Amino acid sequence: MAERIGVYICHCGTNIAGTVDVAEVSRWAGLLPNVVVSRDYKFMCSNPGQELIEKDIRELGLNRVVVASCSPHLHEATFRKACARAGLNPYLFEMANIREQVSWVTTDKGEATPKAKALVAAAVYRVAYQQPLEALRVPIDPHVLIVGGGIAGIQAALEIADSGYHVYMVEREPSIGGHMAQLDKTFPTLDCSACILTPKMVSVGTHKNITLFTWSEVEKVEGYVGNFTVTIRKRARYVDQSICTGCGICQQKCPKKVIDEVFEAGLGYRKAVYTPFPQAVPNHPVIDRENCIFFARGTCKACEKFCPTGAIKFDQQDEILTVKAGNIILATGYDLFDARRIPQYGYGRLANVFSSLEFERLSNAAGPTSGHIVLRDGVTVPQSVGIIHCVGSRDHNYNPYCSAICCMQSLKFAHLVKEHTGATVYNFYIDIRTPGKGYDEFYQRLLEEGTLFVRGKVAEVTDAARLPGEEGKLIIQVEDTLIGKQRRIPVDMVILSAGLQPRHDAQEVARKFGISCSADGWFIEKHPKLDPVATMTDGVFIAGCAQGPKDIPASVAQGSAAAARVLSLIGQGEVEIEAATAIVDEVSCVGCQECIASCPYQAIEFLEAQGKAHVIEALCKGCGTCVGTCLSKSISLKHFTDDQLIAEMTGAMWTMKQLARAELEVA
Amino acid sequence: MAEPKIISFLCNWCSYRGADTAGLARLQYPPNVKIIRVPCSGRVSPELVLRTFREGADGVLVLGCHIGDCHYSTGNHRTAKRLPILIKLLEYTGIEPQRLRVDWVSAAEGQRFATIIREFTETIRALPPFTEAMQWTRD
Repeated sequence: MAERIGVYICHCGTNIAGTVDVAEVSRWAGLLPNVVVSRDYKFMCSNPGQELIEKDIRELGLNRVVVASCSPHLHEATFRKACARAGLNPYLFEMANIREQVSWVTTDKGEATPKAKALVAAAVYRVAYQQPLEALRVPIDPHVLIVGGGIAGIQAALEIADSGYHVYMVEREPSIGGHMAQLDKTFPTLDCSACILTPKMVSVGTHKNITLFTWSEVEKVEGYVGNFTVTIRKRARYVDQSICTGCGICQQKCPKKVIDEVFEAGLGYRKAVYTPFPQAVPNHPVIDRENCIFFARGTCKACEKFCPTGAIKFDQQDEILTVKAGNIILATGYDLFDARRIPQYGYGRLANVFSSLEFERLSNAAGPTSGHIVLRDGVTVPQSVGIIHCVGSRDHNYNPYCSAICCMQSLKFAHLVKEHTGATVYNFYIDIRTPGKGYDEFYQRLLEEGTLFVRGKVAEVTDAARLPGEEGKLIIQVEDTLIGKQRRIPVDMVILSAGLQPRHDAQEVARKFGISCSADGWFIEKHPKLDPVATMTDGVFIAGCAQGPKDIPASVAQGSAAAARVLSLIGQGEVEIEAATAIVDEVSCVGCQECIASCPYQAIEFLEAQGKAHVIEALCKGCGTCVGTCLSKSISLKHFTDDQLIAEMTGAMWTMKQLARAELEVA
Repeated sequence: MAEPKIISFLCNWCSYRGADTAGLARLQYPPNVKIIRVPCSGRVSPELVLRTFREGADGVLVLGCHIGDCHYSTGNHRTAKRLPILIKLLEYTGIEPQRLRVDWVSAAEGQRFATIIREFTETIRALPPFTEAMQWTRD
């Protein structure tokens, strides 16, 4: 059957048509070999646009379709589906990217139109060689893996578990809860963080559909959407969770006190055997091997002696477990910006400069000072407090982005300080950003409460007094940009509203799960607006701060969103996997086995009897590395065959040569 | 002088998305480079590059994920080993080695993508058209 190609040039409103002469491209495409119809239309991705294609397939008997519009990463799936609806195999569709690669990167119409022509010709040449393919359908394992037990992960886990599917939750710390468990109050409602979080934590801990692996990490991920095999390292707790009742006697008896750098942000102590906080889920302690006296000196075992159930097991080893899961949600959260990186703010050097997490612990009734806001000496109540916004955020020396939560967090701190101590509170801000429900109202409330606001980026926090009244104080040096003057404001306490940044090992985690990180280091979503919780890797979703800085409501929303995406996949029962796999021509294969060595997935086996290579289709991911390697040209990658790529290249080259010649003739 | 004709092969996961990122950020770059999408830079066989030169391309650009970031874990390791040898062979046959460039661009690196396109176009612009250069070789 002869190729009958339809070409559709999208205006994308003025996104493309503003720079590319779409009518001219369409006219010209109509003259290309095998093209029977060529049209341009305002929005090809709209319903009428798709119907246009479907109608032409039916009425004009098209057997190949080319759409020239945006990136295939955006709408390839849309148009493939439209073709399928009209009975055309979706692999007989090809896309030319004339928006991201032409109209958005070229201002000169005289340059954009010829480039668009070349890309359209490339697609037309290529599509003629495309072959129908059938995607392999595989069942989806309904188990779900959630990495990270903060509020986003908890929300996702509960949504999925409540709908009847099983969740494996992996958490690195001894307890779930994440950063939210450390917070005191939540803005703008000022309800207590623990009061709204702990019931959810308990639900996770007791849910029949959730298996919790705390003090554990994912070691390895294999497989693909619907069929992941995940290896989990369950670190030795030295406590048998099946017998431990969580009575806490071991923690009372343990003689070794350790500064708690994680949960108490360095402000308080814990024991060598500990649960991070009393409401921990699971409520089973872990023994911190680094600090345990028994592991250091070989004697002690106080915890073991006093444990009423004999749950302490010093000989416990790390366990390696494998679980099967069809989908994965990564909700791995954030690290707080380390304010030590800004030496002029004195954090870590000047005792009474606190980080935001330290202040959270300080004002928390369950924290090391039982909620008394006091200086580092543990007794003095501050008379004046300075809160510095945007520490490490919106600063090209550190992180260029806005951390989204710091303004509201600082306002909350200001309120709490005033409420607890009656101190004079200064907020040092660049801009106040309060875009949330009830957020700006909270700001207005703070203004009425008499908190002082100074607009300007703080230059320095110092204890070097120069003026009377500055002795023994921390002096904040700042340019007040609203009155255009340098000011020195002495205070007793400084709180640095530090920004959020990606986990220190985000890059490593991204690699493990086959996703990527943005330039700032956050996990990249599939589409910044329309697909914020999916990733480029099917079956791997992201939620919460791992995707970018956000507050609790947004993290919860993403947790639910990711759960909904996963549930919709599970509901489909099976999933199509890429049909573009490699295939060996067993006649010309010489059996050199170079392809086997090059395959990243061990998807090629050697058939000893025949002396030929053979591709195991279900394992092949379609990278084509074997094709680039094969010396006898005996292996090809479906949908990316040599014929197809050469045709695409020839189409582009032919157009460039044609147009150059035409230009010469005109000259 | 005729505008240089350049073909580039971009891997689907990092560099093609890097090109999309450049587009989203409206970064301007010369229109000489025509992009062909391949699943992985490891798919680009030396023969495909040679065939592109035979078709009259003045330059060929192959972009993949950064080493360690490959969507197929090690596909680009092959690219990193294979194509530098081809560049040496091109030089041996009298073709300027600058005509083939292999580099790495992540999905986030729109700026880097645009810079590479600008640089490569300038490099090729400084050379005579490939077909002329080849006639000179034949003489």
